[in-house]
Amino acid sequence: MPYPTDLKYTKEHEWIKVDGANATIGITHYAQESLGDIVFVELPKVGTEITAGKTLGTVESVKAVSDLYAPATGTVTEVNGELATAPEKINKDANGTWMIKVTLKNPGELGGLLSAADYEKFVTEEGGQ
Amino acid sequence: MKHATRKATRHVNQNEGLIFEKSSPGKAAWKLPPLDVPEVDTAKLLGASERKDLGNMPEVSEIEIIRHFTRLSTWNYAIDLGMYPLGSCTMKYNPRVNEVVARLEGIANGHPYQPEKISQGALRIIQTLSDCLLEITGMDQITLQPAAGAHGELTGLLMVRAYHQAKGNPRKKILIPDSAHGTNPATAAMVGYSVENLKSNERGMVEVSALEAQMNEDVAALMLTNPNTLGVFEQEIHKIAEILHAKGGLLYMDGANMNALVGKVRPGDFGVDVMHLNLHKTFSTPHGGGGPGSGPVAVKRGLEPFLPKPVVVNKADGTLGFEYNRPQSVGRVRSFYGNFGMFVRALAYILANGPDGLRQTTEDAVLNANYIRKGLEGVYDLPYATPSMHEVVFSDKVQAKKGVKTMDIAKRLIDYGFHPYTTAFPLIVPGALMIEPTESEGKEEMDLFIEAMKSIAQEVEEDPQTVLDAPHSTRVSRLDETSAARKPVLRWKPA
Amino acid sequence: MRYLPKSPADRKAILKAIGARSIDDLFAPIPAQYRLDRDLKVPRQMAESEIVDWFRQRSKENGLEYTSFLGAGAYMHYRPVIIDALVSRGEFLTAYTPYQAEISQGTLQAIFEFQTMICELTGMEVANASMYDGSTAAAEAAMMAVRVTGRNSVVIAKSVHPEYREVLATYAQNQGLPVATAGYLETGRLNLRELEQAITADTACVLIQSPNFFGAVEDVAAIAEVAHKNGALLVVSIAEAVSLGIVEPPRQADIVAMEAQSFGVPLGFGGPYCGVIATREKFVRQMPGRLVGQTTDRNGKRGFVLTLATREQHIRREKATSNICTNQALVALMVNIFMNVYGKVGLPELAKQNLAKTAYAAEQFGKHAEVLFARAPRFNEFVVRTAEDPYVINSRLLGHKLVGGLPLKKFYPELGNAALWCCTEMTTRSAIDTAVGLLAESEAEEPSGEHVVEEVAR
Repeated sequence: MPYPTDLKYTKEHEWIKVDGANATIGITHYAQESLGDIVFVELPKVGTEITAGKTLGTVESVKAVSDLYAPATGTVTEVNGELATAPEKINKDANGTWMIKVTLKNPGELGGLLSAADYEKFVTEEGGQ
Repeated sequence: MKHATRKATRHVNQNEGLIFEKSSPGKAAWKLPPLDVPEVDTAKLLGASERKDLGNMPEVSEIEIIRHFTRLSTWNYAIDLGMYPLGSCTMKYNPRVNEVVARLEGIANGHPYQPEKISQGALRIIQTLSDCLLEITGMDQITLQPAAGAHGELTGLLMVRAYHQAKGNPRKKILIPDSAHGTNPATAAMVGYSVENLKSNERGMVEVSALEAQMNEDVAALMLTNPNTLGVFEQEIHKIAEILHAKGGLLYMDGANMNALVGKVRPGDFGVDVMHLNLHKTFSTPHGGGGPGSGPVAVKRGLEPFLPKPVVVNKADGTLGFEYNRPQSVGRVRSFYGNFGMFVRALAYILANGPDGLRQTTEDAVLNANYIRKGLEGVYDLPYATPSMHEVVFSDKVQAKKGVKTMDIAKRLIDYGFHPYTTAFPLIVPGALMIEPTESEGKEEMDLFIEAMKSIAQEVEEDPQTVLDAPHSTRVSRLDETSAARKPVLRWKPA
Repeated sequence: MRYLPKSPADRKAILKAIGARSIDDLFAPIPAQYRLDRDLKVPRQMAESEIVDWFRQRSKENGLEYTSFLGAGAYMHYRPVIIDALVSRGEFLTAYTPYQAEISQGTLQAIFEFQTMICELTGMEVANASMYDGSTAAAEAAMMAVRVTGRNSVVIAKSVHPEYREVLATYAQNQGLPVATAGYLETGRLNLRELEQAITADTACVLIQSPNFFGAVEDVAAIAEVAHKNGALLVVSIAEAVSLGIVEPPRQADIVAMEAQSFGVPLGFGGPYCGVIATREKFVRQMPGRLVGQTTDRNGKRGFVLTLATREQHIRREKATSNICTNQALVALMVNIFMNVYGKVGLPELAKQNLAKTAYAAEQFGKHAEVLFARAPRFNEFVVRTAEDPYVINSRLLGHKLVGGLPLKKFYPELGNAALWCCTEMTTRSAIDTAVGLLAESEAEEPSGEHVVEEVAR
């Protein structure tokens, strides 16, 4: 199952795992697959405020750069430092490789995010175009 | 590979390591004349600033340097070897007389600050080339200072901004068609403008109604490449210019594709206000492995006060000189006067052609692109049926069904003895094959190219793996770009 | 037309194959009212011999056979003949940007070696494949510092080449990037106190040149300390590359923005030249321009590719680090060959000759005029202040086929009758003695005050 049901998804292909006021964010299996070999990830520093729907960083493959969009509003509490030297981890296991951890400003605002089933439907349609 | 041997065969080429791997103490390729002034005590003169060691700089003899670079050179493909159909790059013949005249002593050794009195030769070259380029473009004034096309874009947009600023409002955004070269939006950002995309229509041209809807007093200019990156002439150019001008906007033309127009039509006549040229494309100065270029910017009268300084002027005594007193100038975009050596070459090219030669050149460039189009239509998907000017854009739609992409076809073309076309650009054509033969190809070379492309299409059907693994005949096979980007090794280090 | 490989019969055959009646059919997409129905008014087609003659005439009108004491960002050094022999090879001259790595290994490996040598010489960890020139490299370095630090202003030394400062001002004007200037001391070096005053919490970088425009070698360590203490980067511009043979490189800098023209590139009335940016590994992703990296092919064989392309305009478009697209590959190749010819031992020897000629000249000029900034170490340039207007002196020199130093009035009016003189290994003792003699002629007398000042050097 490429899209675990305990995660929520955005149409920009990020996933978010919420645990109370804390959340973990990464990119989806579909995103890593369409990007190809990821060579670099640019993430915000600890303490940065991120805003739902706004860019929080970028992810690069050899010939493309994609913006990362924040699935929710909050403050960055931790950044996955491993990705600086081993971005390939995302290709190997996108769902299992987190990028940043945040404290959510408003845990209730997550209503607009997609469930695993809805996201899978969404990418099937997008991929089929 | 049925036809490949007619164009290329494998031959032995020399292996060669890095120059550092050849270095050893005591070898030298230099000899200085005896010093005719007293020796100096370096430590005393420089004190703490004295350098004691040059690290791993090489020590090699002259013959080793000659062999090193000659061997390296044989690993390159070049126009001198054959067709180089890189779309939007205009890889035409680089005449050798250009190189000879650029190396004449007074031209090669002129110091940029030498007195004007003894710079009349250089000034005359600048002025003559300027006059020719103005006549060719139909514009009113020109600066040769920008060092390359993208630098020309920067200069042009700085002038656009200064023009609007002088009218009291610099405006906010630049409209850019989705088919545009990446430098256009990058440049707009550097000049402090935001970019608004303009969608192309189903014919691959600017949709005039969309432009009309998007045009307002916030728009400083439209940056238009014409013919555009599909090789298509914007047939409604007059309407486009009118819409812009009606709301006080300017029409900027990216002259990258001027090779389709010289002697046949002049941008200044169809409403362009500012444009840049690429001397290394249209005017035959050598690409040199990626530069140097030169990107003159021509403007209409209204933008003249904003030209970078200095400009060349006729002085009262009949000589030429530089004019620095330009209060409204955008300033200087490069030290001195630009890539002067490229002006010399471009002018030599214009003189070698004359009006008849320039026109014939354009006609041949367009003729060639249409011949290639005719030869490959039906074999490769042609996403836009609109008439082609100097280049033609196909897509890999048919071949992609077999898992073969434009880059694979490009790599296979290498085995057939050709340089690949431009891949994956323009962005509005998924899997683009952008082919620009230029006027420099004869019928025979183009026939071989068409045969090669047909042969590859057949291989895709019968044996796609051969195409996917290409090239097979080069020194190195496909290189691992992923590891190069993940763990960059950007310099040699001693083991 | 001698460059076109088609006979009339070929053209006819192609038209027939396309299904066009005439060439005009192919230009039908151009609205009729814009089609040019006349010849362009450019000179008629010339024979090759005529072209060579025309340019030979221009060459004669362009300072041929003059000996020059001009430097100021463009230096007359000897160019080993193998440079032109090698760069004239069609495989280098007529290739384009090495996007197709498998058939561009020659260009790619040469750039990789170039990047390595620039690192060795500048003391930096990474260098790019080249920029347009020293002035644009300096401006791009400043913008790079803005990206690295997230700060939004620049402090530039007044002793940086005036035209480099002008280019920075042009680039900065629409980026909301205020540029402050810090002056120089009596030694010609940067005034550290003024720097301390100019630098703020929003200063992205301090930009200096060393050897600076007056020829003085800056105290890079002290300047770096001030910059770093305030959280700013230090950008060092180097306009005279030969100095690196004998002058300690700016190892404390964060970014070096260089002009490599001195390394085998003809003066060519100002271009094309070869800018380069070198920096620390940690800043590489903010660096503009092309980069070549080493990698392996499918069989594990060493090879080279353009890499980290995602910084560039064709991918990132409006978010790119710069709009720069071309580099100066062929000029960088000249620089590369020059560095190989002189190498580890030759470069210091070459630099030492420059130093010796300059020391001699400064001493001789000092007997008749004031040599400014004499207390700082200098490389191959020095400023001479005379009683007489330097334009008048230069006018006199010109009659003897000598081009005197660059009058500084236009750039530094506060220095009065000062001119910037330069000596390289090409400057002979007899030329120096003649120039000194001509300068001394008037310095011995009271300057008349009344004379025709001709614009002889800008």
